[in-house]
Amino acid sequence: MIEVRNISKSFEDKLVLDDLSIIFEEGKTNLVIGGSGSGKTVLIKCLVALYKVDSGSIIYHGRDFTLLNEDEKRDVRKEIGMVFQGGALFDSQSVEENVAFPLQMFSPMSPEERKERVNFCLNRVNLPNAHNLYPSQLSGGMKKRVAIARAIALNPKYLFCDEPNSGLDPKTSIVIDNLIKEITEEYSITTVINTHDMNSVLEIGDKIIYLFKGKKWWEGDKHEILETDNEEINNFVYASELFKRIRKASI
Amino acid sequence: MLFKNDVRLKHQMLQFLHTTGEYFLFLKGVFSKPQKFAWFRKQLFYEMNSLGINSLPIITIISLFMGAVITIQTAYNIDSPFIPLYAVGLATRDSIILEFSPTIISLILAGKVGSSISSEIGTMRVTEQIDALEIMGINSASYLALPKIIAAIIINPFLIIISMFQGILGGWFFGSLAGVVTSTGFVYGVQYAFQPFYVTYALVKTVFFAFLITSISSFFGYYTSGGALEVGASSTKAVVYSSIFLLVMNYLLTQLLLS
Ligand SMILES: Nc1ncnc2c1ncn2[C@@H]1O[C@H](COP(=O)(O)OP(=O)(O)OP(=O)(O)O)[C@@H](O)[C@H]1O
Ligand SMILES: [Mg+2]
Repeated sequence: MIEVRNISKSFEDKLVLDDLSIIFEEGKTNLVIGGSGSGKTVLIKCLVALYKVDSGSIIYHGRDFTLLNEDEKRDVRKEIGMVFQGGALFDSQSVEENVAFPLQMFSPMSPEERKERVNFCLNRVNLPNAHNLYPSQLSGGMKKRVAIARAIALNPKYLFCDEPNSGLDPKTSIVIDNLIKEITEEYSITTVINTHDMNSVLEIGDKIIYLFKGKKWWEGDKHEILETDNEEINNFVYASELFKRIRKASI
Repeated sequence: MLFKNDVRLKHQMLQFLHTTGEYFLFLKGVFSKPQKFAWFRKQLFYEMNSLGINSLPIITIISLFMGAVITIQTAYNIDSPFIPLYAVGLATRDSIILEFSPTIISLILAGKVGSSISSEIGTMRVTEQIDALEIMGINSASYLALPKIIAAIIINPFLIIISMFQGILGGWFFGSLAGVVTSTGFVYGVQYAFQPFYVTYALVKTVFFAFLITSISSFFGYYTSGGALEVGASSTKAVVYSSIFLLVMNYLLTQLLLS
Protein backbone atom coordinates (compact mmCIF):
# COMPACT_ATOMS: atom_id res chain seq x y z
CA MET A 1 0.00 0.00 0.00
CA ILE A 2 1.16 3.50 -0.76
CA GLU A 3 -0.42 6.37 1.05
CA VAL A 4 -0.15 9.84 -0.40
CA ARG A 5 -0.92 12.62 2.06
CA ASN A 6 -1.53 16.19 0.94
CA ILE A 7 1.19 16.43 -1.67
CA SER A 8 1.65 19.52 -3.79
CA LYS A 9 4.06 20.12 -6.58
CA SER A 10 4.68 23.13 -8.75
CA PHE A 11 7.18 24.05 -11.43
CA GLU A 12 8.25 27.66 -11.04
CA ASP A 13 4.84 29.27 -10.51
CA LYS A 14 2.76 26.61 -12.23
CA LEU A 15 0.91 24.47 -9.73
CA VAL A 16 0.64 20.94 -11.16
CA LEU A 17 -0.43 18.87 -8.15
CA ASP A 18 -2.64 20.62 -5.65
CA ASP A 19 -2.93 19.05 -2.19
CA LEU A 20 -3.53 15.47 -3.34
CA SER A 21 -4.33 12.65 -0.95
CA ILE A 22 -4.69 9.15 -2.37
CA ILE A 23 -4.42 5.60 -1.12
CA PHE A 24 -3.03 3.13 -3.65
CA GLU A 25 -4.09 -0.31 -2.60
CA GLU A 26 -2.10 -3.51 -2.54
CA GLY A 27 -3.00 -6.32 -4.94
CA LYS A 28 -5.13 -3.95 -6.96
CA THR A 29 -4.61 -2.06 -10.18
CA ASN A 30 -4.90 1.61 -9.26
CA LEU A 31 -5.55 3.71 -12.34
CA VAL A 32 -4.80 7.38 -12.57
CA ILE A 33 -6.71 8.94 -15.43
CA GLY A 34 -6.98 12.46 -16.73
CA GLY A 35 -6.47 14.55 -19.82
CA SER A 36 -3.14 15.23 -21.40
CA GLY A 37 -1.15 17.61 -19.23
CA SER A 38 -3.24 16.94 -16.13
CA GLY A 39 -0.20 15.87 -14.12
CA LYS A 40 -0.27 12.07 -14.27
CA THR A 41 3.39 11.74 -15.14
CA VAL A 42 4.36 14.33 -12.55
CA LEU A 43 2.37 12.42 -9.91
CA ILE A 44 4.07 9.11 -10.72
CA LYS A 45 7.49 10.77 -10.68
CA CYS A 46 6.72 12.32 -7.31
CA LEU A 47 5.68 8.90 -6.01
CA VAL A 48 9.07 7.43 -6.83
CA ALA A 49 10.88 10.62 -5.74
CA LEU A 50 12.30 11.48 -9.15
CA TYR A 51 10.64 14.81 -8.44
CA LYS A 52 10.74 16.26 -4.97
CA VAL A 53 7.32 17.26 -3.67
CA ASP A 54 6.89 20.77 -2.30
CA SER A 55 4.89 19.51 0.64
CA GLY A 56 3.10 16.42 1.91
CA SER A 57 4.26 12.87 2.47
CA ILE A 58 4.37 9.61 0.53
CA ILE A 59 4.28 6.53 2.70
CA TYR A 60 5.36 3.09 1.51
CA HIS A 61 4.26 0.55 4.09
CA GLY A 62 5.01 2.90 6.93
CA ARG A 63 8.20 4.37 5.44
CA ASP A 64 7.88 8.04 4.51
CA PHE A 65 9.71 8.25 1.20
CA THR A 66 10.04 12.03 1.38
CA LEU A 67 12.13 11.79 4.56
CA LEU A 68 14.61 9.12 3.44
CA ASN A 69 18.21 9.86 2.47
CA GLU A 70 19.70 8.68 -0.84
CA ASP A 71 20.86 5.28 0.48
CA GLU A 72 17.56 4.52 2.15
CA LYS A 73 15.70 5.60 -0.98
CA ARG A 74 17.79 3.15 -3.01
CA ASP A 75 16.74 0.34 -0.71
CA VAL A 76 13.06 1.10 -1.23
CA ARG A 77 13.60 1.48 -4.96
CA LYS A 78 14.96 -2.03 -5.25
CA GLU A 79 11.36 -3.08 -4.64
CA ILE A 80 10.04 -0.79 -7.37
CA GLY A 81 9.48 -1.57 -11.02
CA MET A 82 8.70 1.28 -13.37
CA VAL A 83 7.62 1.60 -16.97
CA PHE A 84 8.35 5.07 -18.32
CA GLN A 85 6.10 6.77 -20.82
CA GLY A 86 8.89 6.63 -23.41
CA GLY A 87 10.19 3.20 -22.41
CA ALA A 88 13.61 4.44 -21.25
CA LEU A 89 15.37 1.29 -22.45
CA PHE A 90 19.17 1.31 -22.28
CA ASP A 91 20.05 1.78 -25.91
CA SER A 92 23.54 0.36 -25.59
CA GLN A 93 22.06 -2.98 -24.53
CA SER A 94 20.07 -5.59 -26.42
CA VAL A 95 16.53 -6.53 -25.39
CA GLU A 96 17.84 -9.53 -23.49
CA GLU A 97 20.48 -7.46 -21.69
CA ASN A 98 17.92 -4.81 -20.80
CA VAL A 99 15.66 -7.33 -19.10
CA ALA A 100 18.61 -9.13 -17.50
CA PHE A 101 20.14 -5.90 -16.19
CA PRO A 102 18.24 -5.54 -12.90
CA LEU A 103 18.73 -9.26 -12.27
CA GLN A 104 22.42 -8.91 -12.86
CA MET A 105 22.72 -5.97 -10.51
CA PHE A 106 20.55 -7.16 -7.67
CA SER A 107 19.86 -10.87 -7.71
CA PRO A 108 22.12 -13.76 -6.80
CA MET A 109 20.88 -15.79 -9.79
CA SER A 110 23.22 -17.95 -11.83
CA PRO A 111 23.51 -17.12 -15.55
CA GLU A 112 21.19 -20.05 -16.39
CA GLU A 113 18.52 -18.96 -13.92
CA ARG A 114 18.83 -15.45 -15.24
CA LYS A 115 18.34 -16.59 -18.80
CA GLU A 116 15.29 -18.54 -17.77
CA ARG A 117 13.81 -15.56 -15.97
CA VAL A 118 14.45 -13.28 -18.98
CA ASN A 119 12.75 -15.77 -21.29
CA PHE A 120 9.81 -16.00 -18.92
CA CYS A 121 9.36 -12.22 -18.76
CA LEU A 122 9.71 -11.74 -22.51
CA ASN A 123 7.21 -14.51 -23.15
CA ARG A 124 4.71 -12.85 -20.85
CA VAL A 125 4.83 -9.65 -22.89
CA ASN A 126 4.50 -11.65 -26.09
CA LEU A 127 8.03 -11.07 -27.35
CA PRO A 128 9.57 -14.52 -27.51
CA ASN A 129 11.94 -13.78 -30.41
CA ALA A 130 13.34 -10.32 -29.81
CA HIS A 131 16.27 -11.19 -27.53
CA ASN A 132 19.05 -9.93 -29.74
CA LEU A 133 17.46 -6.79 -31.12
CA TYR A 134 18.55 -3.35 -29.91
CA PRO A 135 16.08 -0.66 -28.82
CA SER A 136 16.66 1.32 -32.03
CA GLN A 137 15.42 -1.72 -33.97
CA LEU A 138 12.12 -1.97 -32.08
CA SER A 139 8.73 -0.44 -32.78
CA GLY A 140 7.20 1.86 -30.17
CA GLY A 141 4.90 -0.85 -28.87
CA MET A 142 7.71 -3.39 -28.69
CA LYS A 143 9.78 -0.93 -26.64
CA LYS A 144 6.88 -0.58 -24.22
CA ARG A 145 6.62 -4.32 -23.83
CA VAL A 146 10.36 -4.74 -23.23
CA ALA A 147 10.11 -1.98 -20.64
CA ILE A 148 7.31 -3.92 -18.92
CA ALA A 149 9.36 -7.11 -19.02
CA ARG A 150 12.28 -5.25 -17.44
CA ALA A 151 10.06 -3.72 -14.78
CA ILE A 152 8.65 -7.07 -13.65
CA ALA A 153 11.94 -9.00 -13.86
CA LEU A 154 12.73 -8.66 -10.16
CA ASN A 155 9.17 -9.31 -8.94
CA PRO A 156 8.63 -5.80 -7.65
CA LYS A 157 6.42 -4.99 -4.68
CA TYR A 158 5.41 -1.71 -6.28
CA LEU A 159 4.81 -1.32 -9.98
CA PHE A 160 4.40 2.01 -11.75
CA CYS A 161 3.34 2.16 -15.37
CA ASP A 162 3.12 5.44 -17.24
CA GLU A 163 0.72 4.74 -20.10
CA PRO A 164 1.78 1.13 -20.59
CA ASN A 165 -0.43 0.61 -23.59
CA SER A 166 -0.22 3.83 -25.51
CA GLY A 167 1.06 2.90 -28.94
CA LEU A 168 -0.14 -0.68 -28.75
CA ASP A 169 -2.82 -2.20 -30.96
CA PRO A 170 -6.11 -3.03 -29.18
CA LYS A 171 -5.34 -6.74 -28.94
CA THR A 172 -1.82 -6.42 -27.51
CA SER A 173 -3.16 -3.68 -25.32
CA ILE A 174 -5.60 -6.07 -23.69
CA VAL A 175 -2.89 -8.69 -23.31
CA ILE A 176 -0.68 -6.18 -21.51
CA ASP A 177 -3.54 -4.93 -19.32
CA ASN A 178 -4.39 -8.46 -18.29
CA LEU A 179 -0.75 -9.31 -17.69
CA ILE A 180 -0.41 -6.36 -15.33
CA LYS A 181 -3.61 -7.25 -13.55
CA GLU A 182 -2.61 -10.89 -13.24
CA ILE A 183 0.79 -10.28 -11.71
CA THR A 184 -0.66 -7.58 -9.48
CA GLU A 185 -3.08 -10.07 -7.97
CA GLU A 186 -0.73 -13.03 -8.02
CA TYR A 187 2.10 -11.29 -6.16
CA SER A 188 0.00 -8.69 -4.23
CA ILE A 189 1.78 -5.82 -5.94
CA THR A 190 0.74 -2.24 -5.38
CA THR A 191 0.28 -1.16 -8.96
CA VAL A 192 -0.22 2.39 -10.21
CA ILE A 193 -1.11 2.88 -13.86
CA ASN A 194 -1.42 6.15 -15.72
CA THR A 195 -3.69 5.95 -18.68
CA HIS A 196 -6.24 7.77 -20.77
CA ASP A 197 -7.33 4.64 -22.53
CA MET A 198 -11.01 3.94 -21.66
CA ASN A 199 -10.65 0.30 -22.68
CA SER A 200 -8.07 -0.22 -19.94
CA VAL A 201 -10.19 1.68 -17.50
CA LEU A 202 -13.14 -0.63 -18.05
CA GLU A 203 -10.99 -3.73 -18.29
CA ILE A 204 -8.79 -3.45 -15.21
CA GLY A 205 -9.97 -0.41 -13.23
CA ASP A 206 -10.07 -1.79 -9.65
CA LYS A 207 -9.60 1.70 -8.37
CA ILE A 208 -9.75 4.79 -10.51
CA ILE A 209 -8.56 8.28 -9.66
CA TYR A 210 -9.49 11.09 -11.98
CA LEU A 211 -7.07 14.02 -11.96
CA PHE A 212 -8.36 17.40 -13.01
CA LYS A 213 -6.75 20.79 -12.45
CA GLY A 214 -4.16 19.20 -10.18
CA LYS A 215 -6.81 17.81 -7.84
CA LYS A 216 -8.33 14.42 -7.21
CA TRP A 217 -11.61 15.21 -8.89
CA TRP A 218 -13.24 11.82 -8.62
CA GLU A 219 -12.50 8.36 -7.24
CA GLY A 220 -14.27 5.04 -7.82
CA ASP A 221 -14.07 1.77 -9.74
CA LYS A 222 -14.81 0.61 -13.27
CA HIS A 223 -18.53 0.13 -12.57
CA GLU A 224 -19.06 3.42 -10.77
CA ILE A 225 -17.33 5.40 -13.49
CA LEU A 226 -20.13 4.58 -15.94
CA GLU A 227 -22.81 5.56 -13.49
CA THR A 228 -21.50 8.78 -12.03
CA ASP A 229 -23.09 12.07 -12.90
CA ASN A 230 -19.88 14.02 -12.36
CA GLU A 231 -19.74 16.29 -15.37
CA GLU A 232 -15.97 16.33 -15.98
CA ILE A 233 -15.79 12.55 -15.68
CA ASN A 234 -18.59 12.16 -18.19
CA ASN A 235 -16.88 14.52 -20.60
CA PHE A 236 -13.76 12.44 -20.25
CA VAL A 237 -15.38 9.02 -20.49
CA TYR A 238 -17.76 9.86 -23.29
CA ALA A 239 -15.36 11.92 -25.34
CA SER A 240 -15.13 9.34 -28.08
CA GLU A 241 -17.85 8.64 -30.60
CA LEU A 242 -17.75 4.96 -29.74
CA PHE A 243 -18.58 5.48 -26.08
CA LYS A 244 -21.23 8.06 -26.90
CA ARG A 245 -23.00 5.54 -29.09
CA ILE A 246 -22.71 2.79 -26.51
CA ARG A 247 -24.22 5.10 -23.93
CA LYS A 248 -27.05 6.05 -26.21
CA ALA A 249 -27.76 2.42 -27.01
CA SER A 250 -27.82 1.47 -23.33
CA ILE A 251 -30.25 4.27 -22.51
CA MET B 1 25.10 51.25 -16.91
CA LEU B 2 27.97 50.39 -14.64
CA PHE B 3 25.49 49.30 -12.03
CA LYS B 4 23.68 47.06 -14.46
CA ASN B 5 26.94 45.32 -15.42
CA ASP B 6 27.72 44.95 -11.76
CA VAL B 7 24.51 43.03 -11.19
CA ARG B 8 25.14 40.80 -14.14
CA LEU B 9 28.67 40.07 -13.03
CA LYS B 10 27.43 39.21 -9.57
CA HIS B 11 24.84 36.92 -11.08
CA GLN B 12 27.47 35.16 -13.17
CA MET B 13 29.78 34.77 -10.20
CA LEU B 14 26.98 33.22 -8.19
CA GLN B 15 26.12 30.97 -11.08
CA PHE B 16 29.74 29.87 -11.31
CA LEU B 17 29.92 29.15 -7.58
CA HIS B 18 26.68 27.24 -7.78
CA THR B 19 27.92 25.09 -10.67
CA THR B 20 31.22 24.46 -8.88
CA GLY B 21 29.35 23.32 -5.80
CA GLU B 22 27.17 21.04 -7.90
CA TYR B 23 30.28 19.60 -9.53
CA PHE B 24 31.78 18.65 -6.17
CA LEU B 25 28.49 17.14 -5.00
CA PHE B 26 28.43 15.16 -8.23
CA LEU B 27 31.96 13.90 -7.52
CA LYS B 28 30.90 12.87 -4.04
CA GLY B 29 28.18 10.70 -5.60
CA VAL B 30 30.58 9.33 -8.20
CA PHE B 31 33.25 8.22 -5.76
CA SER B 32 31.28 5.70 -3.82
CA LYS B 33 31.79 1.98 -3.75
CA PRO B 34 30.54 0.30 -6.95
CA GLN B 35 27.37 -1.64 -6.21
CA LYS B 36 28.42 -4.64 -8.23
CA PHE B 37 32.13 -5.05 -8.67
CA ALA B 38 32.03 -7.56 -11.52
CA TRP B 39 29.90 -5.16 -13.53
CA PHE B 40 32.21 -2.26 -12.76
CA ARG B 41 35.20 -4.24 -13.99
CA LYS B 42 33.41 -5.09 -17.21
CA GLN B 43 32.53 -1.43 -17.81
CA LEU B 44 36.08 -0.39 -16.94
CA PHE B 45 37.58 -2.58 -19.67
CA TYR B 46 34.95 -1.45 -22.11
CA GLU B 47 35.76 2.21 -21.42
CA MET B 48 39.51 1.65 -21.53
CA ASN B 49 38.98 0.35 -25.02
CA SER B 50 36.52 2.98 -26.18
CA LEU B 51 38.18 6.02 -24.57
CA GLY B 52 41.77 4.86 -24.92
CA ILE B 53 42.54 2.39 -27.65
CA ASN B 54 40.09 4.02 -30.05
CA SER B 55 41.96 7.30 -29.70
CA LEU B 56 45.26 5.82 -30.87
CA PRO B 57 44.86 6.52 -34.60
CA ILE B 58 44.28 10.25 -34.16
CA ILE B 59 47.06 10.46 -31.55
CA THR B 60 49.46 8.75 -33.95
CA ILE B 61 48.72 11.08 -36.83
CA ILE B 62 48.98 14.21 -34.72
CA SER B 63 52.12 13.11 -32.89
CA LEU B 64 54.05 12.15 -36.02
CA PHE B 65 53.32 15.41 -37.78
CA MET B 66 53.73 17.65 -34.76
CA GLY B 67 57.10 16.00 -34.07
CA ALA B 68 58.08 16.70 -37.65
CA VAL B 69 57.06 20.36 -37.46
CA ILE B 70 58.74 20.92 -34.09
CA THR B 71 62.00 19.49 -35.45
CA ILE B 72 61.98 21.47 -38.64
CA GLN B 73 61.10 24.74 -36.91
CA THR B 74 63.70 24.22 -34.19
CA ALA B 75 66.31 23.48 -36.82
CA TYR B 76 65.54 26.67 -38.73
CA ASN B 77 65.47 28.76 -35.59
CA ILE B 78 68.86 27.68 -34.24
CA ASP B 79 70.69 27.94 -37.49
CA SER B 80 73.83 29.28 -35.80
CA PRO B 81 77.42 28.02 -35.91
CA PHE B 82 77.71 28.33 -32.10
CA ILE B 83 74.97 25.85 -31.31
CA PRO B 84 75.83 22.22 -31.88
CA LEU B 85 73.73 20.26 -34.35
CA TYR B 86 72.50 17.73 -31.82
CA ALA B 87 70.68 20.55 -30.01
CA VAL B 88 67.77 20.09 -32.42
CA GLY B 89 67.17 16.52 -31.23
CA LEU B 90 67.45 17.60 -27.63
CA ALA B 91 65.08 20.55 -27.98
CA THR B 92 62.57 18.48 -29.90
CA ARG B 93 62.67 15.73 -27.27
CA ASP B 94 62.16 18.14 -24.40
CA SER B 95 59.32 20.09 -25.94
CA ILE B 96 57.53 16.89 -26.87
CA ILE B 97 57.94 15.33 -23.44
CA LEU B 98 57.27 18.46 -21.41
CA GLU B 99 54.44 20.11 -23.25
CA PHE B 100 53.40 18.67 -26.55
CA SER B 101 52.44 15.13 -25.62
CA PRO B 102 50.89 15.65 -22.20
CA THR B 103 49.16 18.97 -22.83
CA ILE B 104 48.33 19.19 -26.52
CA ILE B 105 47.31 15.55 -26.83
CA SER B 106 45.19 15.89 -23.69
CA LEU B 107 43.51 18.94 -25.23
CA ILE B 108 42.74 16.88 -28.33
CA LEU B 109 41.32 14.18 -26.08
CA ALA B 110 39.24 16.78 -24.26
CA GLY B 111 37.59 17.45 -27.60
CA LYS B 112 37.21 13.86 -28.70
CA VAL B 113 36.52 12.03 -25.45
CA GLY B 114 34.84 14.96 -23.68
CA SER B 115 32.18 15.49 -26.30
CA SER B 116 31.48 11.79 -26.62
CA ILE B 117 31.11 11.30 -22.85
CA SER B 118 28.83 14.26 -22.33
CA SER B 119 26.61 13.51 -25.29
CA GLU B 120 26.33 9.87 -24.29
CA ILE B 121 25.37 10.67 -20.70
CA GLY B 122 23.27 13.66 -21.78
CA THR B 123 21.25 11.52 -24.16
CA MET B 124 20.67 9.00 -21.39
CA ARG B 125 19.42 11.85 -19.22
CA VAL B 126 16.92 13.28 -21.68
CA THR B 127 15.58 9.86 -22.68
CA GLU B 128 15.01 9.03 -18.99
CA GLN B 129 17.55 6.19 -18.97
CA ILE B 130 19.23 7.79 -15.96
CA ASP B 131 15.88 7.96 -14.19
CA ALA B 132 15.39 4.29 -15.02
CA LEU B 133 18.73 3.49 -13.38
CA GLU B 134 17.81 5.51 -10.31
CA ILE B 135 14.44 3.75 -10.01
CA MET B 136 16.21 0.41 -10.00
CA GLY B 137 18.13 1.61 -6.96
CA ILE B 138 21.38 2.23 -8.81
CA ASN B 139 23.64 5.16 -8.01
CA SER B 140 23.58 6.45 -11.57
CA ALA B 141 26.33 9.05 -11.19
CA SER B 142 28.78 6.45 -10.00
CA TYR B 143 27.54 3.78 -12.38
CA LEU B 144 28.02 6.01 -15.42
CA ALA B 145 30.98 8.20 -14.60
CA LEU B 146 33.29 6.15 -12.38
CA PRO B 147 34.35 3.58 -15.02
CA LYS B 148 35.07 6.39 -17.47
CA ILE B 149 37.14 8.41 -15.00
CA ILE B 150 39.17 5.45 -13.76
CA ALA B 151 39.62 4.10 -17.30
CA ALA B 152 41.05 7.41 -18.53
CA ILE B 153 43.33 7.74 -15.50
CA ILE B 154 44.73 4.29 -16.20
CA ILE B 155 44.95 4.41 -19.97
CA ASN B 156 45.92 8.02 -20.75
CA PRO B 157 49.50 7.79 -19.39
CA PHE B 158 50.11 4.93 -21.83
CA LEU B 159 48.67 6.98 -24.69
CA ILE B 160 50.92 9.88 -23.79
CA ILE B 161 54.05 7.70 -23.63
CA ILE B 162 53.17 6.28 -27.02
CA SER B 163 52.65 9.80 -28.31
CA MET B 164 56.12 10.83 -27.03
CA PHE B 165 57.80 8.04 -28.96
CA GLN B 166 55.77 8.84 -32.05
CA GLY B 167 56.56 12.56 -31.84
CA ILE B 168 60.29 11.96 -31.59
CA LEU B 169 60.08 9.37 -34.33
CA GLY B 170 58.24 11.81 -36.57
CA GLY B 171 60.85 14.46 -35.86
CA TRP B 172 63.69 12.12 -36.71
CA PHE B 173 62.09 10.77 -39.86
CA PHE B 174 60.73 13.96 -41.40
CA GLY B 175 63.68 16.04 -40.15
CA SER B 176 66.16 13.74 -41.88
CA LEU B 177 63.92 13.55 -44.92
CA ALA B 178 63.82 17.33 -45.18
CA GLY B 179 67.56 17.43 -44.64
CA VAL B 180 67.41 19.85 -41.69
CA VAL B 181 69.07 17.37 -39.32
CA THR B 182 71.39 14.44 -39.77
CA SER B 183 70.05 11.16 -38.54
CA THR B 184 72.99 10.49 -36.20
CA GLY B 185 73.04 14.07 -34.91
CA PHE B 186 69.35 13.93 -34.09
CA VAL B 187 69.60 10.56 -32.37
CA TYR B 188 72.58 11.78 -30.36
CA GLY B 189 70.63 14.89 -29.33
CA VAL B 190 67.61 12.86 -28.29
CA GLN B 191 69.79 10.84 -25.91
CA TYR B 192 71.83 13.79 -24.65
CA ALA B 193 71.33 14.91 -21.02
CA PHE B 194 68.03 13.07 -20.69
CA GLN B 195 66.10 13.93 -17.54
CA PRO B 196 63.81 11.12 -16.41
CA PHE B 197 61.98 13.54 -14.12
CA TYR B 198 60.50 15.26 -17.18
CA VAL B 199 58.64 12.07 -18.00
CA THR B 200 57.37 11.73 -14.45
CA TYR B 201 56.24 15.35 -14.60
CA ALA B 202 54.44 14.73 -17.89
CA LEU B 203 52.66 11.67 -16.56
CA VAL B 204 51.56 13.41 -13.37
CA LYS B 205 50.03 16.12 -15.54
CA THR B 206 48.39 13.52 -17.75
CA VAL B 207 46.67 11.87 -14.81
CA PHE B 208 45.26 15.18 -13.59
CA PHE B 209 44.11 16.08 -17.10
CA ALA B 210 42.45 12.69 -17.56
CA PHE B 211 40.53 13.21 -14.36
CA LEU B 212 39.46 16.74 -15.32
CA ILE B 213 38.34 15.82 -18.83
CA THR B 214 36.27 12.79 -17.85
CA SER B 215 34.75 14.20 -14.67
CA ILE B 216 33.82 17.59 -16.16
CA SER B 217 32.31 16.01 -19.27
CA SER B 218 30.36 13.47 -17.24
CA PHE B 219 29.11 16.29 -15.04
CA PHE B 220 27.79 18.39 -17.92
CA GLY B 221 26.20 15.34 -19.50
CA TYR B 222 24.60 14.29 -16.25
CA TYR B 223 22.97 17.66 -15.62
CA THR B 224 21.55 18.08 -19.12
CA SER B 225 17.86 18.83 -19.17
CA GLY B 226 15.61 19.20 -22.18
CA GLY B 227 16.16 17.50 -25.50
CA ALA B 228 18.57 16.99 -28.37
CA LEU B 229 19.41 20.70 -28.53
CA GLU B 230 20.50 20.74 -24.90
CA VAL B 231 22.56 17.59 -25.37
CA GLY B 232 24.52 19.45 -28.04
CA ALA B 233 24.88 22.49 -25.81
CA SER B 234 26.21 20.52 -22.87
CA SER B 235 28.65 18.69 -25.07
CA THR B 236 30.04 22.05 -26.20
CA LYS B 237 30.22 23.22 -22.59
CA ALA B 238 32.00 20.02 -21.62
CA VAL B 239 34.73 20.57 -24.19
CA VAL B 240 35.15 24.28 -23.45
CA TYR B 241 35.30 23.88 -19.68
CA SER B 242 37.54 20.83 -19.67
CA SER B 243 39.96 22.64 -21.99
CA ILE B 244 40.01 25.77 -19.85
CA PHE B 245 40.50 23.91 -16.59
CA LEU B 246 43.08 21.68 -18.20
CA LEU B 247 45.13 24.75 -19.15
CA VAL B 248 44.74 26.28 -15.70
CA MET B 249 45.79 23.00 -14.13
CA ASN B 250 48.74 22.85 -16.51
CA TYR B 251 49.88 26.25 -15.29
CA LEU B 252 49.50 25.30 -11.63
CA LEU B 253 51.29 21.97 -11.99
CA THR B 254 54.13 23.53 -13.95
CA GLN B 255 54.61 26.08 -11.18
CA LEU B 256 54.49 23.39 -8.54
CA LEU B 257 56.62 20.72 -10.15
CA LEU B 258 59.20 22.57 -12.22
CA SER B 259 60.09 25.58 -10.12
N1 LIG C 1 9.95 19.10 -15.66
C1 LIG C 1 8.94 19.96 -15.81
N2 LIG C 1 9.15 21.29 -15.74
C2 LIG C 1 8.14 22.17 -15.88
N3 LIG C 1 6.87 21.81 -16.09
C3 LIG C 1 6.58 20.52 -16.17
C4 LIG C 1 7.60 19.51 -16.05
N4 LIG C 1 7.02 18.30 -16.16
C5 LIG C 1 5.71 18.53 -16.36
N5 LIG C 1 5.43 19.85 -16.37
C6 LIG C 1 4.09 20.45 -16.53
O1 LIG C 1 3.22 19.76 -15.69
C7 LIG C 1 1.98 19.54 -16.33
C8 LIG C 1 1.60 18.08 -16.23
O2 LIG C 1 2.47 17.32 -17.03
P1 LIG C 1 2.42 15.73 -17.09
O3 LIG C 1 3.57 15.29 -17.90
O4 LIG C 1 2.30 15.19 -15.72
O5 LIG C 1 1.07 15.45 -17.87
P2 LIG C 1 0.38 14.06 -18.16
O6 LIG C 1 -0.89 14.02 -17.40
O7 LIG C 1 1.33 12.96 -17.93
O8 LIG C 1 0.06 14.18 -19.70
P3 LIG C 1 0.12 13.07 -20.87
O9 LIG C 1 -1.14 12.29 -20.77
O10 LIG C 1 0.15 13.87 -22.12
O11 LIG C 1 1.34 12.26 -20.65
C9 LIG C 1 2.11 20.03 -17.75
O12 LIG C 1 1.43 21.25 -17.86
C10 LIG C 1 3.59 20.26 -17.94
O13 LIG C 1 3.80 21.40 -18.70
MG1 LIG D 1 2.35 11.64 -19.07
